[in-house]
Amino acid sequence: MKSINKHNGKVVPLDMVNIDTDQIIPKQFLKRIERTGFGKYLFYDWRFKSDGSINKDFILNQEKYKNCSILVTGDNFGSGSSREHAPWALNDYGIEIIIAPSFADIFYNNCFQNGILPIKLDKKIVKEIINKSKNENGYKLNIDLDSQLIWDDSEEISIKFDIEKFRKYCLLNGLDDIGLTLKKENEIQQFESTRSLTGGVVKKIT
Amino acid sequence: MTNNPKTLFDKIWEKHLVDENEGQPSILYVDLHMIHEVTSPQAFEGLRLAKRKVRRPDLTVAVADHAIPTWKGRNTISDPIAKQQVETLTKNCDEFGVTLYDMHHENQGIVHVIGPDLGLTQPGKIIVCGDSHTSTNGAFGSFAMGIGTSEVEHVLATQTLRQFKPKTMNIHIEGSLPNGVTAKDLILGIIKHIGISGAVGHAIEYTGDAITNLSMEGRMTVCNMSIEAGGRAGMIAPDNKTINYLENKPFAPKGKDFEIAKKEWLDLRTDVGAQYDTKIIIDSNEFEPFVTWGTNPGMVAPITGKIPNPKHTVDEDEKSSISKALEYMGLKPDTKIQDIQIDRVFIGSCTNSRIEDLEAAAAIVKNKKINPNVSAMVVPGSTLVKKIAEKRGLDKIFQDAGFEWREAGCSMCLGMNPDILSPKERCASTSNRNFEGRQGKDGRTHLVSPEMAAAAAIAGHFIDIREL
Repeated sequence: MKSINKHNGKVVPLDMVNIDTDQIIPKQFLKRIERTGFGKYLFYDWRFKSDGSINKDFILNQEKYKNCSILVTGDNFGSGSSREHAPWALNDYGIEIIIAPSFADIFYNNCFQNGILPIKLDKKIVKEIINKSKNENGYKLNIDLDSQLIWDDSEEISIKFDIEKFRKYCLLNGLDDIGLTLKKENEIQQFESTRSLTGGVVKKIT
Repeated sequence: MTNNPKTLFDKIWEKHLVDENEGQPSILYVDLHMIHEVTSPQAFEGLRLAKRKVRRPDLTVAVADHAIPTWKGRNTISDPIAKQQVETLTKNCDEFGVTLYDMHHENQGIVHVIGPDLGLTQPGKIIVCGDSHTSTNGAFGSFAMGIGTSEVEHVLATQTLRQFKPKTMNIHIEGSLPNGVTAKDLILGIIKHIGISGAVGHAIEYTGDAITNLSMEGRMTVCNMSIEAGGRAGMIAPDNKTINYLENKPFAPKGKDFEIAKKEWLDLRTDVGAQYDTKIIIDSNEFEPFVTWGTNPGMVAPITGKIPNPKHTVDEDEKSSISKALEYMGLKPDTKIQDIQIDRVFIGSCTNSRIEDLEAAAAIVKNKKINPNVSAMVVPGSTLVKKIAEKRGLDKIFQDAGFEWREAGCSMCLGMNPDILSPKERCASTSNRNFEGRQGKDGRTHLVSPEMAAAAAIAGHFIDIREL
């Protein structure tokens, strides 16, 4: 997994609450068996009209937000289906940081598995960032994961954000969870050797 | 009262701890890992690239359910990409030694329906699947949750999952459910009450007479939609109904083993005096037959109610959400729910496709015909459910009324197969999500119980089943 530390990028606002994973990546694209190439399907039903032409009204299609890498949005982003295709699509499109007052649990977890940094900020600050990115051309934010700081060039926004220590450590080092867990082979074997006793209810299902 | 009272959730969590370190996610052992074609191919590919094996194929079961067709006698998949995905599942299961129920197998069905069907789902287990509705299995007093594909790969490789411990939430329903109110109405009402992010970060335990009075299948309906309230999982403590349901199921323990298991299962309950992080009490009189009117499962109105008017909302976010939803749904504020005309009816999905659901819907359509403006289909949750239904003659009742009778699968719940709505078609659906485009681009979904869907199919619009 790629590591994240410092990031500087253009912000695109999606000023809505409860954006679900069906919107992030519609179901017709979940049939692909690859992990890459989902970016062109991101927010497909919003980015494209029924005839396949570009919906110029949708914010991601506006010239001003070309090459953005930071998405700022409302409460409960990523609700619904567990599809990891959602962070794959965001990442493939170029989004590396997502800022919202809150995230749905599974989506939040999935971000960390894919080198995307989801940042939870106070609703008031999120609104301020949304407004600035709407009103200023090429509005950018700087993020320093190590020091957990986020600020804009004018420093009108300058704030520390929270993140679990372990998640930060994994992102900073691009660590793969499986590799870490496999180092616990002894503990897993130990658990398995006593499992029928501790569980007592688990039958093999061969 | 014990000295250290614990919740049901805490007990299951502690029993599965492989390793625990301050500030890190715990490593939990997984008892049952169910997989399907949509969220597993990239996980197997990851294993292959890292030259890893499936650690416990004996605790892993795969099924094809999402992308397969449901037409009668299905023998091929016409969509080449879906075909490749299903074939990839077969190839991966062969290569890694995982049991697979493909679309021709008698055990095939929606992944969350077959776990209970087969007795794979048991109290006290940790059950995961790359699918958010895995919470269905919590009806048996297991900790069951949806995970992403990277986590699927993690479970395949290690049989464990890394998780930060969620908080616990008790949703207690005070009193018994009023007549004519189903398990589906109960969970829609709960989501209406706490909101679609009301349970984020929490594992929910449902308690109260309204919950324990439900059949096992009703409990599954409730736990199934825990994710629609944002919950990490939903669970109900096992009782004699749970035991009776599991006895003689193919994968349930047998004989003396069953007696031992039974004793342990019945011990799995929240101790008196145990504290939940959050407790919510809801009066059962709040529940009525419900219909969703918008584009998320929290946008719920009683059948006797009206479409809300954004003018009456103060919160700006909510105001714009309502307006946007009504525009998408093609509905006007203040319209009576019972005046909404429908084009399609879908009875199916992991929420409401079990035998009792089909029985309840069939009782309403028996000796009647569906409205000429409506087309309707029933998609049983599993091949086993279909077989039982046919034995009881339900297929004939539905077909005589004008319903299509299909093969088992996820079907139009998410329309990954050919079963989709056309733009602007309005559907009364027993599924779990009414998101934009969920059942087909620009399709309009109203979530209801099987009884309400069946009644709407006959009337051509929503009606109050209590008046039938």
